[in-house]
Amino acid sequence: MDENQLAGYADKNQLPPPSERIPAIRWLKQNLFSSWFNAILTIVSTVLIMTIVFGLLRWALEARWEVIPANLKLLLVGTYPVEHLWRVWATVYLIAFLLGFSSGAHGGLMRRVSTTAALVSVVLAVLPFPWGTRGWLLGIAVAAVAGFGLGYLGKGIRWCKRLEIASWILSFPISLIFLNGVGGILPVIKGRTMWGFMLNLIGAVVGIGLSFPVGVLLALGRRSKLPAIRLVCTAYIEIIRGVPLISLLFMASIMLQLLLPASVRPDLLIRAMLTITAFSAAYMAENVRGGLQAIPQGQYEAAYAVGLNRALTTILIILPQALRIVIPAIVGQFIALFMDTTLFGFIAILELLNITRSIMGNLEWRGTIFELYAFIGIVFWILCYSMSYVSRRIEKTLGVGER
Amino acid sequence: MINNEGIIIYRDVHKWYGDFHVLRGITFTMQKGEVVVICGPSGSGKSTCIRTINRLEEHQRGQIIVDGIELTNDLRNIEAIRREVGIVFQQFNLFPHLTALQNVSLAPFWVLKMRKSKAEEAAMKLLERVGIPEQAQKYPAQLSGGQQQRVAIARALAMSPKIMLFDEPTSALDPEMIKEVLDVMKNLARSGMTMIVVTHEMGFAREVADRIIFFDYGQLVEENTPEEFFHNPKHDRTKLFLSQILEY
Repeated sequence: MDENQLAGYADKNQLPPPSERIPAIRWLKQNLFSSWFNAILTIVSTVLIMTIVFGLLRWALEARWEVIPANLKLLLVGTYPVEHLWRVWATVYLIAFLLGFSSGAHGGLMRRVSTTAALVSVVLAVLPFPWGTRGWLLGIAVAAVAGFGLGYLGKGIRWCKRLEIASWILSFPISLIFLNGVGGILPVIKGRTMWGFMLNLIGAVVGIGLSFPVGVLLALGRRSKLPAIRLVCTAYIEIIRGVPLISLLFMASIMLQLLLPASVRPDLLIRAMLTITAFSAAYMAENVRGGLQAIPQGQYEAAYAVGLNRALTTILIILPQALRIVIPAIVGQFIALFMDTTLFGFIAILELLNITRSIMGNLEWRGTIFELYAFIGIVFWILCYSMSYVSRRIEKTLGVGER
Repeated sequence: MINNEGIIIYRDVHKWYGDFHVLRGITFTMQKGEVVVICGPSGSGKSTCIRTINRLEEHQRGQIIVDGIELTNDLRNIEAIRREVGIVFQQFNLFPHLTALQNVSLAPFWVLKMRKSKAEEAAMKLLERVGIPEQAQKYPAQLSGGQQQRVAIARALAMSPKIMLFDEPTSALDPEMIKEVLDVMKNLARSGMTMIVVTHEMGFAREVADRIIFFDYGQLVEENTPEEFFHNPKHDRTKLFLSQILEY
């Protein structure tokens, strides 16, 4: 057989797949009205859903939404002094600039995220905010575009990537110092336990940023060959996982108050953040350990056989694969941590939920419970959904599940 | 340096898995450039035996000397030997999160501290040598079994080993792909590489091996030239084995 004959054979008898389109009527019949019982169920549930949806709509139209814009500043940044609000905006600009920079340098997921952020800020600027606020909002888009331009130009330059990673890592402490103030240069904001939603965000970022590396180390420690390290890590994980977060927070706020003199006692907010980090790290460790256990022995053998030592094997071969497997679980933990920052309210930190409660206590806004809680729900949902969207995109780009 | 004849020396090597005595006093010597095929029924300790050479398995008694270095618990010795011994596994064990090229260039970059561009250039040459330069940017999951195993061979060769171990390299492959892997191995043997191959491919053994070793119950039953091994085996157990595998 010559080549042409072979090629002809490969193309022969190829048919298109059978059509799977079903007419709407038949689809209804098959799925919703296949029997008397199902038909009744369909009708009853339709009525039920309609009632709830219309009820919600009616409430939404009659609700006193003005409570949100009237208290927006309080909800978002608490009693952060107005004359220092530019520091909050500057921090937001820094993040927007970095997002833009990364998106210019890499494209892909980063580009989507930064484009979305810029678009959202432009859309918000169209809403009837005071003109000053609109200007600040547009600044976000400007910062993102400026970052994009620089990142795009800097693509390909070797030190550019290092600079990018370094600025991302440094951006967190810089933002915190900037918001909080440094003695002598930027005035320290008094009563810093009253930062509203910004505080939830900062708590989550710090908690996520710290608990992830600590969790990975704990997971590795629990699988260590050295019994002492293994014992310590296991004990830590099991003890922390057996205690509710709220009781740990109370311990951090009240017990430390009794045990440590004020001079060596860290600020309440810092104690709360360290507590939530310590708590989340134990769960993170167990997630990561699940990933580590899924890596076959052959991967270790192959890595050792080409001469990699234990540390390099872990960093280059095992962790990238293990973490990829547990991205969904890790992001779930991040989301949980973010929501858990509302527990800070119980130890007298004025985060979003606690501020909301104080607004409800205001006579002027009596009876706006639902509006305020709906606002909290929506804000949290937007951020948590963004996290889960980003994680899904990361999973896709890393090719999870198509091994 | 221990002064001894031979690049690999086994002296009365024993190993147990719990109570199970896997290696029961293995003694043999290999010269530089030799190609040795180890065959025998499954569970006879062939794989365990070659995996003791780069300490993926520990032996508990006896002496193993590889290129003048004795294998002990000393980590430096183990790492030195692992740099000189390449191994190819039955299940390939490629790193699934890295491309074919990265699989090959990883160890030269991190272990030999080669420059990245140089490591990748060398890796590309090796992929050409095993006949799949066009697959360099693909991930293992996108390659056929035969291609994966050839990447694995290139990965092992990237450390410029003095000895290559093959642990049933074709047992997990579809029949159509066995030949492409055996061809690569044959070329490697012709280039003068010292090789130990655990395999059931008797055609390969007959054509390429300088010596064939037959294992059963953790013991070295027979050691012979291919010619003698197939036509005039010394041991009855060898005869039985050969009659069973050559029947089809």
